[in-house]
Amino acid sequence: MNLSVTLAGVTLQNPVMTASGTFGSGMEYAEMMDLNRLGAVVTKGVANVPWPGNPTPRVAEVTSGMLNAIGLQNPGIDTFTKRDLAFLTDYPKTKVIVNVCGRTAEDYVEVVERLADCPRVDMLEINISCPNVREGGIAFGQNPKAAETITKAVKRVAAQPVIMKLSPNVTDITEMAKAVEAAGADAVSLINTITGMKFDINRRTFALANRTGGLSGPAIKPVAVRMVYQTAHAVKIPVIGMGGIACAEDAIEFLMAGASAVSVGTANFHDPTVTLKIIEGIEAYMQRFGMKDVSEIRLKED
Amino acid sequence: MKYRCNAAVVQNLPLGDDIYDMWIEAADIAACACPGQFLALYPEDPTRLLPRPISICEIDRACGRLRLVYRVAGAGTREFSEMKPGDFLDVMGPLGNGFPLENPGRALIVGGGIGVPPLLELAKSLPGEKVLAMGYRSRTYLEEDLRAVAELVIATEDGSKGTRGNVLDAIRENHVQADVIFACGPLPMLRAVKAFALEKDIPCYVSMEERMACGVGACLACVCQTENVDEHSQVHNRRICKEGPVFDAREVVL
Repeated sequence: MNLSVTLAGVTLQNPVMTASGTFGSGMEYAEMMDLNRLGAVVTKGVANVPWPGNPTPRVAEVTSGMLNAIGLQNPGIDTFTKRDLAFLTDYPKTKVIVNVCGRTAEDYVEVVERLADCPRVDMLEINISCPNVREGGIAFGQNPKAAETITKAVKRVAAQPVIMKLSPNVTDITEMAKAVEAAGADAVSLINTITGMKFDINRRTFALANRTGGLSGPAIKPVAVRMVYQTAHAVKIPVIGMGGIACAEDAIEFLMAGASAVSVGTANFHDPTVTLKIIEGIEAYMQRFGMKDVSEIRLKED
Repeated sequence: MKYRCNAAVVQNLPLGDDIYDMWIEAADIAACACPGQFLALYPEDPTRLLPRPISICEIDRACGRLRLVYRVAGAGTREFSEMKPGDFLDVMGPLGNGFPLENPGRALIVGGGIGVPPLLELAKSLPGEKVLAMGYRSRTYLEEDLRAVAELVIATEDGSKGTRGNVLDAIRENHVQADVIFACGPLPMLRAVKAFALEKDIPCYVSMEERMACGVGACLACVCQTENVDEHSQVHNRRICKEGPVFDAREVVL
C-alpha cells in the first residue's frame, strides 16, 4: 500500500501535514508524538523581522470551531533558521514546509531569499490569506492581480517549490487559484480561515481584541471541501486541502474532492496526536476499499 | 513530562456561587505536578473543541489524586460541574511552570476571586513562615483548608467577613509584613499587589490568566506583555501556558 504523495517533485511519506500556526515548528508537540511520522510539518508563518501580533484576547471558542486573531506573532527569520530549522533536522523523515508572511512584497522576497540556502526546507507556503493583519497577508489574497504579482516576485528568488495559501474570503476562489498558477505557483493550499466575529454578551464587548478573527474547525469543513473540489477542477497544480479536518473520515473527504494532501489545524488543540490517528485511518480506509495507492481515493466522476 | 489521560472523578461538590470542588484520579500527573501548574480539561461535547485551563488546588501524591476547584464560566465548565463520581474526564497536564518554592523569610500569599484555589497547594508546599490574604466578593470558600495551613486574613467587598474592601485593605489593616509575595487573582488585584511589592521593594510572583487554545505553547494565543524581549518570539510577549502562568511581577506589564 502506497501512502506517499509527490507535490511539485517533493515526495511526502504520507499526505498528512500540520496546518501553519497550529503546531509552531513542532517543538511543543515533540514530547507527545513522533514528528517523524508526519508527511510534513508546516511551520508557523515567519516574517523578515519579529512581529508582536495582536492584543489579547486572541482566541474565542464558537460552536464546532474557534476564532483566532493571533496576528502572526513570530520571531523573524534569524531566530527561525537558527532555532526552529535546527530543531527540525532531527526529524529527517518529515518534510518541512515553511510558511512565509510579510507586509510588503519586499518582506516576502527577503524571507524567501534567506531560506534559499537552507537544505532542511523542502517547500515554501506563501501566506497571502491571513485575515488578521491589515497590511500584507490578505491584501495580496483578495485580488487576483496582487496575488499574481506576489507569486511572480517570490518565484523569482525561491529555491524550493512554492505553495500559495489561498483565502476563502473571496467571491470565487478558482479565480485566485488560476491567477497564482499562471504566475508560476507550484501548488495551492486552501482554505485559510473565514473571517468571523463574536460578542461577549456578559462583558458587553467583542470576544476578540481584534474584533474580527479567522474561523476554523469543523464548522468550516463543508465550505472548505467545496472550495477544494472547485479548485482541484480549475487548476492543474496540486491542491493541499484543509479546513476543519478532525479525523480520518474528514481527511478522506478532502482527498475525494481532489486534494493531493491535507493539513490538520485546529484539531491539534483538541488532540495533539490526531494527525497520527488520521494517517492510520487513511490506511485502514484504503485497505477496506482495496486501494493500492492513496491517489485512488480521489473520486472519479463520469 | 505531560500526560493525557482519562481521569476518574472521585468527588465533585458545589461550594456555592457556581464554584465546584472536584477530586480526580490522575496518578501520573499527580506524581510530577507542582503548585501553580494547571491542567487542560477537555469537554466531552464534540462541538466544544478547546481545553479549559484549570489550576491545581491540591496534590495528593500518595493517592495519585488532584483537587480542582473551579468556577462555571460557560458551557464547558458547566459540563464539568455536572460530572459525578465514577465519571471520566479527559485531561492533560501538568502544564505551565508553577510557583518558585523559595521563601527568604516571611511569605505573603494573596488570592482573589477564583484565583484562590492554586494558592492552597502553594501554601502547603512553600517552606518557612507564611501568611495568607484572600479577597472574596461575599461568601468565602476554601477558608477552613487555608486556615489549617497558615494564618489567614480575609477581605470581603460587602464586609460580611474580615475587612470590608479588597485584599490590599485587609493586608494594610492587619499590618502584614512580608519578604516575598505570591499572588493569583483578577487583573486589578494583581496590579495593586505589584504596586505594593514595588513600594516595599520585595520580590513578587503573579499567576496570570488569558484565553488559551493549545495549552502547550504552540498557538501563541495566551501571551502577556513583558518588559524584556521574550526568548520565543523575540518581541515582548511571553506565553502564559508555557513560560507562565507564574511570572516575576516586575517582568510583566499589568
